[in-house]
Order: sequence, then C-alpha cells, then structure tokens
Amino acid sequence: MTDGPLNAPLNALAAVGRAVLDRVARFGRAHLLLLGMLAGMPSLLPRPQLLLVQLFAIGVLSVLIVVVSGLFVGMVLGLQGYYVLSQFGAAESLGVMVAASLVRELGPVVTALLVAGRAGSALTAEIGLMKTTEQLSGLEMMAVDPVKRVLSPRLLGGFLSMPLLAALFSAVGVLGGYFVGVGLLGVDSGAFWSQMQAKIDFEGDVLNGVIKSLVFGFVVTWIALFEGYDASPTATGISRSTTRTVVNAALAVLALDFVLTALMFGD
Amino acid sequence: MVKTRMLEIAVGAFMVAGLVALFFLAMHVSNLSQLTGGDGYRIIAYFDNVGSLKVRAPVSMSGVRVGRVESIVYDQQRFQAVVTMLIEEQFNEIPTDTFANIFTAGLLGEKYIGLDPGGSMDALADGDKLEHTQSALVLEQMIGRFLLSKAEEGVD
Repeated sequence: MTDGPLNAPLNALAAVGRAVLDRVARFGRAHLLLLGMLAGMPSLLPRPQLLLVQLFAIGVLSVLIVVVSGLFVGMVLGLQGYYVLSQFGAAESLGVMVAASLVRELGPVVTALLVAGRAGSALTAEIGLMKTTEQLSGLEMMAVDPVKRVLSPRLLGGFLSMPLLAALFSAVGVLGGYFVGVGLLGVDSGAFWSQMQAKIDFEGDVLNGVIKSLVFGFVVTWIALFEGYDASPTATGISRSTTRTVVNAALAVLALDFVLTALMFGD
Repeated sequence: MVKTRMLEIAVGAFMVAGLVALFFLAMHVSNLSQLTGGDGYRIIAYFDNVGSLKVRAPVSMSGVRVGRVESIVYDQQRFQAVVTMLIEEQFNEIPTDTFANIFTAGLLGEKYIGLDPGGSMDALADGDKLEHTQSALVLEQMIGRFLLSKAEEGVD
C-alpha cells in the first residue's frame, strides 16, 4: 500500500477487521465440526465399544476428583452455613442451604469446570497430537471419516458423563454437609432432611440441575474437541489449544450458567 | 480381552453410581417421595387475598399434610382469588363446612393452607367449594390497623 499519513490508522483498522473475521471463521468452523460430529452419531450404534472407551476416559477417570471435590465443597458449605444460620437461630435450615446450593448451582457448574480441566484438556491434547502426527489424515487416507470415528464418540461420551458426575458431586456434597452439620456441629438429623425435602423440588431443582449439566457436558466437550481439531500442528500450538480449552470452556460454563439460571429460576 | 472386560466393569460401575446418586437426589433430597401421583380429589376455595401463596404449597389439617395447592387464579366476577387444592385420596372424610385459612410457616416462612374441620356429617367431594375462608395476613394491613387504633386512642 502507499505510504501516507493515513497508513498507521488504516493498518490498525485492518488488524481489528482481521481479528473479527478470524473469530467469525473459527466460530463457523466450530459449528461445521459440530454438524459433522452430530451426523456421525448414528454410526456409533453398531460400534458401542467406541463410546465405552470414551465413557471410561471422560467419566470414570474424572470420578475421583469430582467425588473428593464434592465432599469437601459440601463440608465447607455445612460449616459456613452453620455459622451464618445459627446467628439467626435457623441452623435447622442447614440441609436446605447445602442441598439447594449443590443441586442448583455448584453441582453442575463446579463439575463442569473440573471436567473441563481434567478431561477437556486431555481431549484437546489427544486430538491435537493426532492431528500433528497426521493420524487423522491417515484415517482419511483409509477412507475412515475421523470426525465420525474419533470425535463423535468423544462428544457423546462427554454429554452422557457430565450429568452422572454432577449427580455424584451433589450427592456426595449433601452427605459431606450432613457429616459436618449433623455429625460434628449437632444440627438435628430429622430437621436437616425434612426441611431439605420440603424445600427442594424435584422438577424445579434436581431436574433443572441435570439439564444444566447436560448442556455443560455438551459445550465443554465440543469446545475441547474443536480446539484440538483446530490446533496448529506444533508443540506450541497444542499447548495453546489446551490452555484455550480450559479458559473458553470455563467462561462458556459460567456465562451459560447465568443464562440458564435466569431462564429456569426467574419467576 | 481382560482389558475390555475391566473397561466394561468400570463404565458399568460409573453408570450405576451416577444413577444411584440421581436416585438419592430424587428420593432423599427433593420432595419427589412426597408427591402424590395426581390421585385424589379437588376442592375449591375463594380468598380475598392469598398473599404470597404459591402453587404446590402444602394443604394441612392439624399440621399433617393432606394435599397441595394445584392452581391459583383470579375470578373476575367475584373479584377474589380461586385456589384449587388437590386432596389425597385417603383423606375423604373432610366435612363440607370446613374452614380454610392461609397461614405462614414460621416467622417469615412460606404460606400454606390450614383446613379447620367443621361439624357437618357430609364429606367434601370432587369439585366442592369451601364457603368459609380466611385470607392471608398481610403485614402492611396489620401495621395500618395498629396505627389507626393507636391514632383513635390518641383522639379519645
């Protein structure tokens, strides 16, 4: 281009335009990949073994961190809730507080963040390395669609694992809160459960929590797989993609949580 | 082969554990175990003011839950709130002249309907209306009345 007084601002403007176009292109590629993965779901029916392996890699291997985190989150909720509620003479409401926080929010959200960190980053690194070592191209050479064969089972595995992990997190958390509140601090056991059952609604709270975690499972796995599939085929590229998976998945989960909560619990 | 079997066992255990956790949340943490499956009969009551009474609020007699509020709508002819209650099937001996009050659980708790049985020999049936009702106590109205009575005392 010509040199002139307007050159610097025009370059800056072009950089902004390029960045926006890049983002839009990435967004488009992510959606095309999603369509490909969804189209590949029926081909999983004759090969359940592919899904089984992913349920193990995403679900079973995340159980330990999810259960231990759930236990401690529940125990901390029990402890802090007791200190606040006992000031108002309402320590019997501890069960409601612990269960509502876990079932509605912390169960789905914290589980999604943990899975994004443990399984999501592993998925990105795995797919990114497959791309770098040209295993995906190799599959294509053998007339096997890598999106259907490699990515679809991982998406379904993440989608199915998340609600089960979130349910484990919430259930263990409630038991942790019970252990601290009733076992250590002396809240009445009957009141703990009865108040909880009176206030926690199956459809309004438990089912909405499950719906949230299904959405989170889908989005976290989608982001992880796309980042891996779209990674630059270098060591730096894979490490950047892995970081981006954790950051983007966490931000997406938190933003979606706000939207879903507003839709589900807003009167 | 052994590895596949271990994988299947691990995934199976994960699925079972997740479903048990969901079952625990449904039956022990939420109110699913207390819900009636829609069996029972409906009775209707008109209130001048239902306060913050909500759908699915408990309906109780002598402190025992006998049903739930099914719907709350506004009657444009009577200028009153119409509350439909679903009473469980086994509580079929409630007299027709029963009194329905809207109470508050605890100091600042949720509103619920308390039924006070009358002396009639006839029992309520599906679709019956309760004639005697008392509205929810609204804090602002109580304070207003209290201030008014204090002002009248001052005049005397």
